[in-house]
Amino acid sequence: MSATLFAVQTLNGLQLGILLFLIAAGLTLVFGVMDFINLAHGVQYMLGAYLAVAAYAVTGTFWGALVLGLAGALVIGLLLEVLVFRHLYDRDHLDQVLATFGIILFLNEAVKAIWGSTPLTLPMPEVLDGSFELMDGLLYPVYRIALIVAGLAVAVLLYVLVSKTRVGMLVRAGATNAPMVAALGVDIRRLFMLVFGFGAMLAGFAGILAAPILVVEPGMGDNLLILAFVVIVIGGIGSIRGAFLAALIVGLVDTLGRGFATDIAKLALSPSAANDVGPAIASMLIYVLMAAVLFFRPSGLFPARGG
Amino acid sequence: MTTIPPKTPPQTSPQAPVEAPAGMATAPVAASRRWTRETLIALTAFALFALLPVLAAGLEDTFMVFFAIRVMVFAIAAVSLSLILGFGALVSFGHAAYLGLGAYSVAILAEHGYWDVTISLPVTLLVCGLFAAVTGAICLKTRGVYFIMITLAFGQMAYYTATSLSAYGGDDGLTMWGRTEILGSGMLSDRTTFYYVVLGVLIFCYVLARMIVASRFGRVLQGAKQSEMRLRAIGIDPYWYRLVAYVIAGMMAGLAGALLANAAEFVSPAYMTWHRSGELIVMVVLGGLGSLAGSIIGAASFLVLEELLSHVTEHWRLIFGPFLVLVVLFGKGGLMALIPGGRKND
Amino acid sequence: MTEPILQLDDLTKAYGALKVTDHVSIDVLPGEIHAVIGPNGAGKTTLIGQISGALRPDGGHVRFDGRDVTALPMHARARAGLARSFQITEILPAFTARENVALALQARAGHSFRFLRNVSRDRDLNERAGQCLAELGLAERADIPAGILSHGEKRALELAIAIACKPKLLLLDEPMAGTGREETDRLVEVLQAMKGRYAMLLVEHDMSAVFALADRISVLVYGQIVATGTPEEIRSSARVREAYLGEEAAA
Repeated sequence: MSATLFAVQTLNGLQLGILLFLIAAGLTLVFGVMDFINLAHGVQYMLGAYLAVAAYAVTGTFWGALVLGLAGALVIGLLLEVLVFRHLYDRDHLDQVLATFGIILFLNEAVKAIWGSTPLTLPMPEVLDGSFELMDGLLYPVYRIALIVAGLAVAVLLYVLVSKTRVGMLVRAGATNAPMVAALGVDIRRLFMLVFGFGAMLAGFAGILAAPILVVEPGMGDNLLILAFVVIVIGGIGSIRGAFLAALIVGLVDTLGRGFATDIAKLALSPSAANDVGPAIASMLIYVLMAAVLFFRPSGLFPARGG
Repeated sequence: MTTIPPKTPPQTSPQAPVEAPAGMATAPVAASRRWTRETLIALTAFALFALLPVLAAGLEDTFMVFFAIRVMVFAIAAVSLSLILGFGALVSFGHAAYLGLGAYSVAILAEHGYWDVTISLPVTLLVCGLFAAVTGAICLKTRGVYFIMITLAFGQMAYYTATSLSAYGGDDGLTMWGRTEILGSGMLSDRTTFYYVVLGVLIFCYVLARMIVASRFGRVLQGAKQSEMRLRAIGIDPYWYRLVAYVIAGMMAGLAGALLANAAEFVSPAYMTWHRSGELIVMVVLGGLGSLAGSIIGAASFLVLEELLSHVTEHWRLIFGPFLVLVVLFGKGGLMALIPGGRKND
Repeated sequence: MTEPILQLDDLTKAYGALKVTDHVSIDVLPGEIHAVIGPNGAGKTTLIGQISGALRPDGGHVRFDGRDVTALPMHARARAGLARSFQITEILPAFTARENVALALQARAGHSFRFLRNVSRDRDLNERAGQCLAELGLAERADIPAGILSHGEKRALELAIAIACKPKLLLLDEPMAGTGREETDRLVEVLQAMKGRYAMLLVEHDMSAVFALADRISVLVYGQIVATGTPEEIRSSARVREAYLGEEAAA
């Protein structure tokens, strides 16, 4: 494993981490503030990508696709909130799981019915199409660098929003003690809707950013949803800071693990055995990590709620 | 107007309030009547299953038998999930992993030439029991939504492991060239014999689950669901009871997986996707939480509905998804509540 | 002098700068009813938590029945013979009253890893549960789901569950909380009848109940025990009046 390969894999890991953070941020806020487990968050990521593809067909530019895609993700998120989710806030987790599972089935299938099962792509914006010499002999696509930068910018923005603004303060207070916030006379319903729409938009944003480098296909959000769950469990439910840190850790561990597990296994095993065992170990790594974190800290790295 | 979600009070288990009101509304005599009704429904289901091959032979419909085998296999898995979900309020979102583990145990042994049930059965139970014990020990340290997500994550771990088993087909799965043998005899390759063996296993699992629910152990499990604090105060630590229940459920689902592998003579990672875990939960809830016979009914209705809808349109999930949302929002008590003789809706 | 069944030795607990248990040392003798009273916010609930094992003290020891149980979790203390009732009723609402009590008896009998025999047909268990219920006047209500019992009946059921554990000490956390006059009188009678059979640590707001039942009373104010003595001593103590009763009268 050369240094260049390692550098590339590290960047790829960061990039996955950033995508995971964008998805996990909404998920962890929605859970922290509303005590609501939303399995359909992954399909919101998928919708972002599909809406962008559709908007690209109309506008012909990536930026048009980005803006319309975000607006679409927001609208659908709010629509789902009003139609379904708000009726589930005071239900138990099992009901929430089932209803949002139903929405996943529906939206995955709807996407299949509308756009078909064949993977689609979203062209990169021309400005960002090209490569960048990071170090000697290491070319890295500009778009991927831009993705990482954009993600970091959103993380900073989110941090400022949550820690410096009034709404952010309410969200933080809501994550710790919703009844208290309601007692202060805050319209909790509006706050919930706001957080929800925002989370849906973030997931959609992640989907749009991912569209040019990953394939756009039905069910693309499902696996990322599980990874996002791992992220918020490790980070501590309700904590943006925890989600950010855990997303980067999970992104790096998963990517580097897949990149190098077979090579590492070869140190101890015969090449053919290593080829068998390596990928299996790599796919387990983040779950082992999660189990280890939970074993020592049952409420994650940065528990937002006491106890 | 308050729409505050009920933040979990520290001293009760998160799922505790779910079942309680239903129990409260019941008149005292209803408890025993409910059990009789449960028995009648189960007996009816078993009788229908027993008669089905005869009927199918009359209609010369072989698909029906295949389909019924599938229904019974998933009914076993649903009963096993029902044990921990319905009676222990443990929302396990990784239960399909056991289906897959059981199936792979049988298929991998067969791949290496071990076909006999005297080997494959103990190995299947051991593999599933061990996986349940190790992951359950970690999962059960957590509560509520953490538990849901962690069981889901472990389920995915099993899934990805299966997809990376390139020696055993990886993503494509693994074909079993035959069925499990019983003491050297290939009697299971006869469809009707296999059918009745599956039915026998279903009845066995159902009876076992009912005995467990009614036992001292079952009472602890159901008590822990209502108030963990109360159990601690009388000297019971619910953790170990939940873990044992989790292991039993895992082994029972593994048994279903072993039968599934035999029914299809094929195994694939698709058996353990998280969608499958979700569907198992749907089956249990559709049938009615807290009823084992309901889980059988739930599994049957789910699969029949899937079959019927997929004849209507290829995109049957477009109908099933919203249906599920409506069931959650407006249906209470599942299908068991619709069968006459139950408690009236008040 | 007889060995105390429960001994709190220099117990301390603080939340940040707030000392909720401040060097508390009290004991309960076998057969004795020792009441702890104090104004709201005195730290009674925290103290109960530390005795029952729900909370770990920052310092000091809890000795129960001759051994140090400070590090034991709640369920282990319960097995050692420390039964408690809860301030906010904590029963199993979907179970009948009899099943609630039977579960306590079952826990008392050892582990419950018994999977096959139907527990609702366990005649011995049911009969003994019935006896515990009868002792608290709940015989008629035995087969009603606990969730639909009246508030007073639920309070009585809490006690029935506690005595089913055959405890060496009953830790009673405001057993009269929320009950009407009549029900309170009945519960006082019941506790009076049980007096001597079990040692009791009674935390209670109802002063007439406390003075009617207690052998000794300790007064807890801002986490500290300001006085311990017989009801007469407490009634006449100027310090208690000033610290507690006066405050109540002024309120």
